Order: sequence, then C-alpha cells, then structure tokens
Amino acid sequence: MENLEALTQQALAAVEQSGDVAALDQVRVQFLGKKGEITGLMKNLGSVAPEDRPKVGAVINAAKTQVQDAINARREALESAAMNARLAAETIDVTLPGRAMQEGGLHPVTRTLERIESFFAGAGYQVAEGPEVEDDFHNFEALNIPSHHPARAMHDTFYFDAGSLLRTHTSPVQIRTMEVQQPPIRIICPGRVYRCDYDQTHSPMFHQVEGLLVDKDISFADLKGTLEQFMSAFFERDVKVRLRPSYFPFTEPSAEIDIEWIVETPEGTKHGWLEIGGCGMVHPNVFKHVGIDPDVYSGFAFGMGVERMAMLRYGVNDLRLFFENDLRFLQQFR
Amino acid sequence: MKFSEQWLREWVQPDISTQELVDQVTMAGLEVDDVEPVAGEFSGVVVGEVLTREQHPDADKLSLCQVSDGQETFQIVCGAPNVRVGLKIPFAKLGAVLPGNFKIKKAKLRGVESFGMLCAEAELGLSEASDGLMELPADAPVGEDFRAYMDLDDQIIDVDLTPNRGDCLSIAGLAREVGVLNRVAVQGPAIEPVAPVIDDKPNIDVQASAGCPRYVGRIVRGVNVSAETPLWMVEKLRRGGIRSIDPVVDITNYVLLELGQPMHAFDLNQLDGGIRVRMAADQEKLTLLDGQEITLSSDTLVIADHSKALAMAGVMGGEQSGVTEATQDLLLEAAFFNPITIAGKARAHGLHTDSSHRFERGVDSELARTAMERATQLVLDICGGQPGPIEEVVSEADLPKAATIELRRSRIEKILGLSMADSDVQDILERLGMQVTATEQGWQAVAPSYRFDMAIEADLIEELARIYGYNRLPVRVPQAATPLAQAPEAKMPMADIRRQLISRGYQEAITYSFVDTKVQKVLAPSIEPLALLNPISNDMAVMRTTLWAGLLGAVEHNMKRQQPRIRLFETGLRFEPGNDGLQQIPTLAMVVAGNRQPQGWSNNADNVDFFDIKGDLESVLQRSGLLADYRFVAAEHDALHPGQCARIEKDGKSVGWIGALHPQAQKALDLKHAVYLVEIDLDAVQQRRVPAFGELSKFPEMRRDLALVVSQAVAVDDVFSAIRSVAGEYLTNLTLFDVYVGKGIDPDRKSLALGLTWQHPSRTLTDEEVNDSVDAVLAHLKESVGATLRG
Repeated sequence: MENLEALTQQALAAVEQSGDVAALDQVRVQFLGKKGEITGLMKNLGSVAPEDRPKVGAVINAAKTQVQDAINARREALESAAMNARLAAETIDVTLPGRAMQEGGLHPVTRTLERIESFFAGAGYQVAEGPEVEDDFHNFEALNIPSHHPARAMHDTFYFDAGSLLRTHTSPVQIRTMEVQQPPIRIICPGRVYRCDYDQTHSPMFHQVEGLLVDKDISFADLKGTLEQFMSAFFERDVKVRLRPSYFPFTEPSAEIDIEWIVETPEGTKHGWLEIGGCGMVHPNVFKHVGIDPDVYSGFAFGMGVERMAMLRYGVNDLRLFFENDLRFLQQFR
Repeated sequence: MKFSEQWLREWVQPDISTQELVDQVTMAGLEVDDVEPVAGEFSGVVVGEVLTREQHPDADKLSLCQVSDGQETFQIVCGAPNVRVGLKIPFAKLGAVLPGNFKIKKAKLRGVESFGMLCAEAELGLSEASDGLMELPADAPVGEDFRAYMDLDDQIIDVDLTPNRGDCLSIAGLAREVGVLNRVAVQGPAIEPVAPVIDDKPNIDVQASAGCPRYVGRIVRGVNVSAETPLWMVEKLRRGGIRSIDPVVDITNYVLLELGQPMHAFDLNQLDGGIRVRMAADQEKLTLLDGQEITLSSDTLVIADHSKALAMAGVMGGEQSGVTEATQDLLLEAAFFNPITIAGKARAHGLHTDSSHRFERGVDSELARTAMERATQLVLDICGGQPGPIEEVVSEADLPKAATIELRRSRIEKILGLSMADSDVQDILERLGMQVTATEQGWQAVAPSYRFDMAIEADLIEELARIYGYNRLPVRVPQAATPLAQAPEAKMPMADIRRQLISRGYQEAITYSFVDTKVQKVLAPSIEPLALLNPISNDMAVMRTTLWAGLLGAVEHNMKRQQPRIRLFETGLRFEPGNDGLQQIPTLAMVVAGNRQPQGWSNNADNVDFFDIKGDLESVLQRSGLLADYRFVAAEHDALHPGQCARIEKDGKSVGWIGALHPQAQKALDLKHAVYLVEIDLDAVQQRRVPAFGELSKFPEMRRDLALVVSQAVAVDDVFSAIRSVAGEYLTNLTLFDVYVGKGIDPDRKSLALGLTWQHPSRTLTDEEVNDSVDAVLAHLKESVGATLRG
C-alpha cells in the first residue's frame, strides 16, 4: 500500500504541474484511465484477502477521488485562465463608431407637410392632390375669379397659353374634389404652387397646404377652432391666432390668419403678429360651380405657405435655401 | 394707397391715436402696410427770406447771403445753385436740430462765417433726394416755424386695399369706413354746384354706352395754367404719393385722391368737333401722355374726337390733347366706365395708373357730377376762368343697379356660428349706408352706390362679421361623424418609400419644376418640353420631362462644395407632352455620386457604381413585395451611358430608367465625377403586394451549387430565366453568389457561381429527382446560352 501512497502523491504532483487542459487529460489517463496506474491497483484487489478487500478497496477509491478532485480543480483553474486570456485578447475599443451607413433625411418641406398631414389625418381629413399644370377654369373661374377680376393681378401667373397655366394655389384641388364628391368632405391638399415673382422673400415655386371642410352646419366658429388647435399643435405651444378681415374671391367671409409671435431680443421681449395664410367660408358661387347646394351645406377653407411654416418652426432665415438643396442645409433636418 | 392722416382727420375726427387708427382699420380689413412721418424730426427751422446774395470771395460755387428770419438778419454761406434774392426757404437757425440729430452751429466756410443753414427737401426728410433749396411760395410768412407752416406733424399711412374695396381708394371712402367703425359723423368739404357764366357746352356722343354708362363734361374757358398750385394741395398730393405737375393736372389728381373719381382735362382747342366715346378701331394708334405710342385693339374703349382717339378711357390721356403751358380752354371729363371694359387694358400695354387702378376695381357710378363740381370750383379758385354748364350723357340701362339683397336671420347663425341681435344687424347695415327693411325671415338691404361690392347675402354676412369684429366671433371645434380613413394596403404609402431611401442614406431634395432649356435638351433631346410663355429666366423656362434636370443641378451644387458622397432623391411630377396631351406623371428619381460608403475607420474609399443605385432601388421594390415583377432590360437612353443603362419594366411595360449618366452629358453639365441615376413611375413603385400565407414545408431542402462559364455577352437575367424554365416547380431559391472574370477563364467568358435550392411541400425530394433537374438545367443552359460547367 506504500505504492498507493506514492502513486497518489505522484499523481497529485503531475496534476499540479500540468500547464493546460490537454496535459491534465494525459495525467488523468495515466492515473485514472482504464489502464491507469491507480485504476490498476483496483484490478489487483483479487490478490488481497477477501476480508480485507472492502477496506483496501475503500482506500484505493479514496485515493482515486482525491486525484479526481485535484484534476477537476486544476481543470477549472486552467479553463478559467484560458477564458480570461481569450477575453483579454478579444477586448475592443467600444468607443469606436459603429459600422453603420450614413442615414439620409427628409427635405424640411416634406417633414413639415408630413407633420401637418398627420394632425389633420387624426381629425378625419384625407390627403387630396391635383395637377400642377392647371386650366384656367379650375385655377380661377370656378374659384369665382373671372378673367376680368382684379384679383388675378395678385396672382402673377405663369402661362403656357391662354387656357393653361401653372396653378397659383392649391385651391383647384378643392374644386376637383368637390366636382366628384358630395359632402361631407374633409380634405387637406398639399403641393407645389407657382407665382411669377422672384426675390429674396419670394420663390417662383413654393408649397401650400390647404384644408377644406364641407358639411351641414359648418360655421366660421369651426374655422377659428380648427386653426387655433392646429397652430398650437404645430408649434407645440399655446399660440394666439388672430383672424383679420381680408378678401379672397372664393371665400366669404375671408380672413388672413395671423399668429402672435414673441421674440426675445437683447432689447427685451418683442411681440407682434405674423401673417401665416388665408382662410374663409366657401363662397356660394364656388359651391354653385361644383353642384353643391349652398343652402344645405356650408364649409370653410384655409391655406398656408409650407416654407413659411417650416421657417418659423425651425428658424430658417432664407427662403432660397429650400431649393438650393445644399447637403449642409438638408442634413440639418435629419 | 398712401394718404395723409391729417387730411383724413379733416373729414372724420374719432378720438383715437394714430396707432389706434392703424390697428382699427387693419382689423377691419384695410391692412396698413406702413406708417411714416411726412418729414424727418427737426426743430429750429423757420421760413426765411434771402435778402442779398453775392459771390463768396474764395469759392466759385458758394454764395454769401443775408437771410432774414423776420426779425434779424443772418450771414449765411450757401452752396445751392438756386439761391437768389427774394427766395423764401426753410432756414435752420443756430441751435436747430435736423434729422439724424444734426445740430446747426456757427461755422466758417472758406474763411467766411455762416450763422445757420438754408435747407433742401432731403435735408428735412421731406423727400429722398432733391436738387437745390426747397423753394417756398412767395406768400410764405417769414419767421413762422417751418413745421407749423407746412403742417408737418402728420403721418403718411399706406393702406394695402384688397381688390373688392375700390370704394376706399379715396379720403372720402376711408373716412366713411372710419366713421362706421367709430360711430362718428363724416363731413367733407361743402361741394356746391358751380353756376355757369358762359353757355359753351361740349358736344358729347357716347357710342359705347355699355362701357361708358355715364359721361360728364364741362368747358372752362380762359384758365391760367401758369398759376401756382397752392402749397396745401401740393403737400396733400405729395403725402398721397403724387408729384405736383401743373395746377390743372394737380386738381384732377386731388379730386381723385379726395373723392375717388378719376378725371381728365383736355385742351379744348386741340379737339376736333366734340367728344366721341367709342371702341377703338383695330390697329388704331394713340400716343399717350408719357410719349409712348400704342396700338389699340377693338376691345379697348377710347375717348375720341371727330377725327382721332384722344385717350385710353379710364387709363391714360393722349399727348396731343393734354393740357400744356399754352392751354387756355379746358374740357373737363368725369365719367363712369364699366370695370369689365377697363379690366386688363392697362396691363395689356404694360401700364398701371391711378385711374386704371380705380376703374378696374370700380368707381361709384353716382360720383361723376359731384366730382365735376368740386374740380370746377378748384379750377376757378386756382386758375380762374369761365365755366360753362355741365353736359351729362347717361345710359340708365347700362348703369349698375343696386341689388336688393335678402338677408336671412338663420343664415347669419349658420355661417358665423353666432346668433346676432336683430338690433345689431340693423345697426351695422345702416351704419354702412344701406337701406334696410325688416322682413319675416330677416331683412332686405339695398347698398349705397359706392358699395358696388355688395351683391349677395354672403356679402352682407361678411360685413356684419367685419364690423362686429372677427375676434369677437365664437370659437368651436367642428363636430362631425367621420368615417375611418381609407388606406388601401395594395398601395405603398409615400412615407414608406421615403423612409426606405433615407435608411439607405438618401437625402430628399426639392428642385424647381421648370428647368433650364439647355439642361433639358442635354437630358431629353428628342422631347419638346412644355415652355412657359412668361418665364422668370432662361434657367427656369421649360417644364421638366425628367426630374434629373433639377437633381443634377443639386449634384453640381454639392460637388462644387467638395461633398465627397452625394445621394439624393426627389418625388414629384414630370411633364411629358404627347399626342394624348400633356401627361403629369408622379415620379421618383434618385441620383448617387462619389464615395460608396461614408468615410470611416472600417470603410473603403471606393466610388459608387451602377449596382449601388440598383441595389437601393431594389430595396424599395422589395419593400413592396413585388421586386420579382420587375425586369431590367439593357437599352439605350439619350442621357445614359449606352453600356450601363437599363429600361425598367414591370409586367412587360416600361416604368423607368436606370443607368450611368452619359460621359458627354456629364461634361456638358460640368459634373466632375460619374453620376448614376434612376427615374421610375411612382404609380408602379407604390403598387404593393398584400401578403398571402403559404404553408411552411416540413421537408428538407436540397441545394446544388453550380459553377458555370458563359460568354461575357450573356445577361445573367437570361441565365436565370433559362434555369427557372426547366428547374421544375419545386425550385424555391436561385442565387448568384459569385461572378468571376480573369485568370483561369477564357478572357471572353465569365464564371457564375449559382446556388439552386429545391424543396417539396409535402415530401422529401430524392437525390435522383434533384440530379435530374440539375441535368435538365445544364442541358438547357448549354443549348440556350452556351454555358458550360467550369472545369
């Protein structure tokens, strides 16, 4: 049995010396494998007196367990060290930027229009669109602006020939919608419009968004309520809205939409009114042109410049930037 | 319209400040654009008189003057050329402060002392520029404070009137409005009929009574045209934006500003026979007051005599018949012209006059006689002369009729959302000058002749709202049963398309719909684009037939600013003229140039190519679930590289183009780097597949990879089609995972590595079945595209 003791010590020493999992496994095979040296002692148990066998067997088993435990412990230590080494080797600089592509972005006009459309979509308005090369009838005549009307001079129209032109407002879409649909009508009409006017504050092409609501018992009060709600939703603050009497041939009463504007300057708080767009109750002549009975239905319409809204919302100070498409400008609206 | 606030207050005296007045009329729909003082801020200026003038001893251009302030005499050095003895001028004494806080002190000019300054208009903020000293009338009281003498504590108010309020284009009209708003009386100058002292009556023949329902004429003989227009009139005109010309023209302009009636004065002795109001003969010539000769058309109303046209009615007089220094006898005209007859006639000749501005909008049809009396009296007061009796030609049938307008009580509430008290309604309408009678349902109103814009019930309701105050009207949020929105799933929302491109790095652009003719020609030489009749400039002259025209401009703009990586898209209409008329086609266009990847530590600096933009487009089409419906067919396009260009087809129909910009076009458009383009119809892109579930197979997939060698000229699409046609219905996937050209391959050929996957929905496929399919594929490929297995 001195042999067992020596073998055990020899095995434990070998375990201790094994430098990696493979070497450790060799040690296990050498001592505890099927043909291992300690296992071999068990095979010799036959030569031991039968009455001593349980005792000797127990001693050998204890030695086996001792060596096995040492191997397990050593394996764990080796594996842990290997894992640590691997983790250390795999360490990266997590502050490096990710491998993403650069994202693009919406044009600020589209961004603004999408917001406006979404507010009105929530109130049941459908988006309606129409042609940009329009005929005289839809752009003017049906909107109660006959050819001799002085209001035509306010429009600075681009013409192709006597009867066709670039629409000067999105209002023809109202007409096109009402021509094919009876009330109730709730539409919002976004789009490009054109005026023959070009300077620092005028672009020959710009965007308008127009709303139209026609139903029974729609009044000027509803128009005021709608605009107040919209302006506050758009600017995300309580915006005072002022309707100022004005004139559009296709609405009556007509009004300019002013909002209160407050600017902090070094000289103190300045406040004033800013003109945002126009609105009014649909003119009975417009209803007559599209075959809607003005004694049964009433409605309101409003329209505003999208670039103007975007400029106010995002602080853009030059209208011309919208159509230069300079990436340094566009990327600010991602 | 510009007007003097003081002049208005001569007519109507509400107890409100200038600012309150401005706010009030603005909120009544007469929008005030600007308020400016009639003169700069100054003090210490009096009316002075030049007593003596001699040459400055040491300066050619300076005068040495003795100037009186009524009590003392001062030595003044003056540089103005018009300084002369006896002249009365604004005299800034020592201690005076001129606009810009310019203090007048004793000064030495070329060695001579000067005790004050003689002023020009500009120096007092009375005009922008002036040459020489301001010359005051001979009767100007020497020593009187200049501000008080000139009544300079006044404002010029500029009101931007909407086209329906022609009635407010005068002091009288504005005063009426202010009177209504403040409930105060309006009182203009008394206008009495002028008793004729001679019998001469003009011979007036109105042949075009529809265009001229009323013509009032009067002869005044023996007028002194060289008389001086009084200062008060010159100043009122100046404050109304009208320059003084001669007393007769000044008077007609004054009446125009005061009452709103455009008038004209003819030199009676230049007239042949009498006045004929008629339509012009076609091609008839007329030389206008401004010297311009115009050719008239037969829809233009003219004032003529028995031999020639004298004036474009309601627009401008003629040169020959106008008042000159030699004029002695006048024929004064005050007429009512039909707005529809006058409308557009001035603009057709590039003109816009105070007269045409008013006649186009409408003038009170009852005003002409009153205006004639007023003008006659002013002529007599200023120029003297002997008036004849008024001759008036009226066609009652052609005069506008004041409508009797029904106003229903229920309608007011329906439109304004307010139940207005009956007494308020009646009060407002009466204040506006209407004759009102109560009826069962509401009221009947007849508007005064100056409110020619009142025709229907809605006009009255607007007036009620306006006078009551828009901001006092109630506020309500519309209540209505609204059906749920329709959103067809088979149509991809624009927002999805935009988001997809944005996530692929595209920035949305918006470019003008009208483009440069030259750029348009480079990109689509075979299409004649729709051209504007009145473009702003050549670079915005024709309607784009392709969105590339604008997008490439944006690319150029950014390339010139050293942007290394450009990816843009735009959506909008393109305008294609055709036999069936103009097509306005919703279009998506994309453009890429520069680096494939943004600069970064793990990215390379490769440039984009055709397959970058194609992949981006395919990602959009994939989103619709219909990518498989599209084919890219090698084709030719005027703007694209012939070897890198494809027509995009969907269901056999051309829906767009993709390719590299043709190097020649690139050069013509001054683009430094290669550019790749896509343009595709949005109607196609927006079509979306509504998903339909297919059973998932529980049986294993079988895959075979093939390395094929084909001629370089063979299109991969043809290889795919060939495979699909014979691979059997259980082929579930076909991928191309490598394309190789180079060593080990015939230089005219390319190697394609393809992965074919089969799967049966309800059983396991056998090796034999799959091998048979592969054999069939190979046999067919060999036959159809000459493909061989790579050895």
